[in-house]
Amino acid sequence: MSTSELTTPGLGGGLRDVLRSRFLLKLLVAKELKVRYRGSVLGILWSYVKPGVQFFVFWFALGVFLQMNRNTENYAIYLFSGIVLINFFNEALGNASRSVVGNGGLIKKIYLPRELFPVASVWVSAVHFLPQLLVLLVACLFAGWTPGVFQIFAAVAGFMIVALLATGLGLFFGAANVYFRDSENFVDMLLMIATWASPVLYTWIMVRDGLATVFSAGTASVLLVIYQANPLTIAVELFHFAFWLPTTSEITDPMIAAPPNLLDMWLPIGLATALLVTILGQWTFRRLEGRFAQEL
Amino acid sequence: MTTAIEVRGISKQFVLRHTRSIKEAFVWLVKGRKGDLSQKFHALDNVSLDVRQGESVALLGLNGSGKSTLLKHISGVMLPDSGTVRTRGRVAGLIEVGAGFHPDLSGRDNVYLNGAILGMTEQQIDDLFDSIVDFSEIGQFIDTEVKFYSSGMYLRLAFSVAVHTNPEVFLVDEILAVGDEPFQKKCIAKIMELAAAGKTLVVVSHDLDLVAQVCERGVLLEHGRIVMDAPVDEVVSRMRS
Ligand SMILES: Nc1ncnc2c1ncn2[C@@H]1O[C@H](COP(=O)(O)OP(=O)(O)OP(=O)(O)O)[C@@H](O)[C@H]1O
Ligand SMILES: [Mg+2]
Repeated sequence: MSTSELTTPGLGGGLRDVLRSRFLLKLLVAKELKVRYRGSVLGILWSYVKPGVQFFVFWFALGVFLQMNRNTENYAIYLFSGIVLINFFNEALGNASRSVVGNGGLIKKIYLPRELFPVASVWVSAVHFLPQLLVLLVACLFAGWTPGVFQIFAAVAGFMIVALLATGLGLFFGAANVYFRDSENFVDMLLMIATWASPVLYTWIMVRDGLATVFSAGTASVLLVIYQANPLTIAVELFHFAFWLPTTSEITDPMIAAPPNLLDMWLPIGLATALLVTILGQWTFRRLEGRFAQEL
Repeated sequence: MTTAIEVRGISKQFVLRHTRSIKEAFVWLVKGRKGDLSQKFHALDNVSLDVRQGESVALLGLNGSGKSTLLKHISGVMLPDSGTVRTRGRVAGLIEVGAGFHPDLSGRDNVYLNGAILGMTEQQIDDLFDSIVDFSEIGQFIDTEVKFYSSGMYLRLAFSVAVHTNPEVFLVDEILAVGDEPFQKKCIAKIMELAAAGKTLVVVSHDLDLVAQVCERGVLLEHGRIVMDAPVDEVVSRMRS
């Protein structure tokens, strides 16, 4: 009757299984989005309205009241291009860390590639990221933004770095959360730090100068390298390069607006780090998933 | 005949008390890992079982004897501490009806979601959709959110999806007694139809009359050990005595 071989059940192929279950992934993502916007009249439109209003508030309060533009040209765009990326990271990692425990009822009863849940969380966040990106693009176009090949390349790379990083850390903390529920609180703390540990609200020049006044020249340069090696810093700077830098005029010095060697050195480093984190996250996940069903 | 399920000497230990905080684990580590962090017991103890293709086996035993745990090992949800499990072909565990249902989605969305969770492709669900709805007798309610379903309707739809997944091996845990009397009869008829079509069945149920009707072979579990493996009538009469 059946010609197939005897196989051992329950040994997944990791993220490869997710590729094979694309249809289920699609349904899980659609489910999340439907459930999130159920019973609201505007539905998914909310994800356009909210960032739109947020940008307007930034532009008005920070640009007009606080005069932040004196230090940083087009500060609202500077800020917003970093914030959309950090929002994506925060939502993706926060939800991915809770996804395994959140779907415990299912994981306990039916075997399916469990990597699907963290990956679906990151995917849902990417869907929420798109409207924010659109608002950013509209704002950039008003500010005279014209994209070039390098800009688009940098934006895609920045997004990839954050998506891979969130997937890897999401797999790690999602699995750890099954054993220690403390990890979701730890992640919340991590996310709070993430916003301040990357040049979202301030510029990298302030970090360089700040470190130089506090530490000796040698220590300061080491600390700056550590700061810059953070994949989130790299991704945020790539977004500044892609969206904010082209909207600036002569008063912004392009030599210090973006960190040196951003595209030819930091970009590959950022991608490689994010990829490594994904591999490590997936490795840990697979080592821990054998006991998910009994621990949940 | 070829083997569909091959279980070789599996054991599974569970902890009686779970440690969930880093603090407790840390204290334990600092004290030089003295003592076991948690007490353990055997839920499955050196269990071996071979099921041939097309056979229908009833897994019997008192509450807590390890029946559901054994099914979870066959479906791959749990991995054994020692021993091996191997299966041939696609295995569908009807461990609990509606495990993948989401109350805020419509019946239609849930059919697709649950079908995909049980391993069906988009094409298969498209093709079988009408048949699934017909079998469940849900009719016009298919586009209503399932949280508004009566519990019987909910179970009907879930069961209907499950029996349409068409795997080679069916693991059934306590789900035959769903719905009202006519629907229950229909479910049992459907299960017998699957058995007649050469599917392998492993059925867990406390309804002894029902398993005697559906299965040929009976396996009795006691405290995680197989104590009897015989034609189902003999096992049932031992349980009744
Ligand atoms: N994840 C778990 N962690 C700890 N103990 C568990 C876990 N799952 C099951 N057990 C224990 O293993 C034993 C066997 O459970 P199991 O669910 O297999 O019983 P069962 O034979 O299906 O019983 P029932 O007839 O009530 O369904 C029980 O004592 C149960 O408490
Ligand atoms: Mg049970």
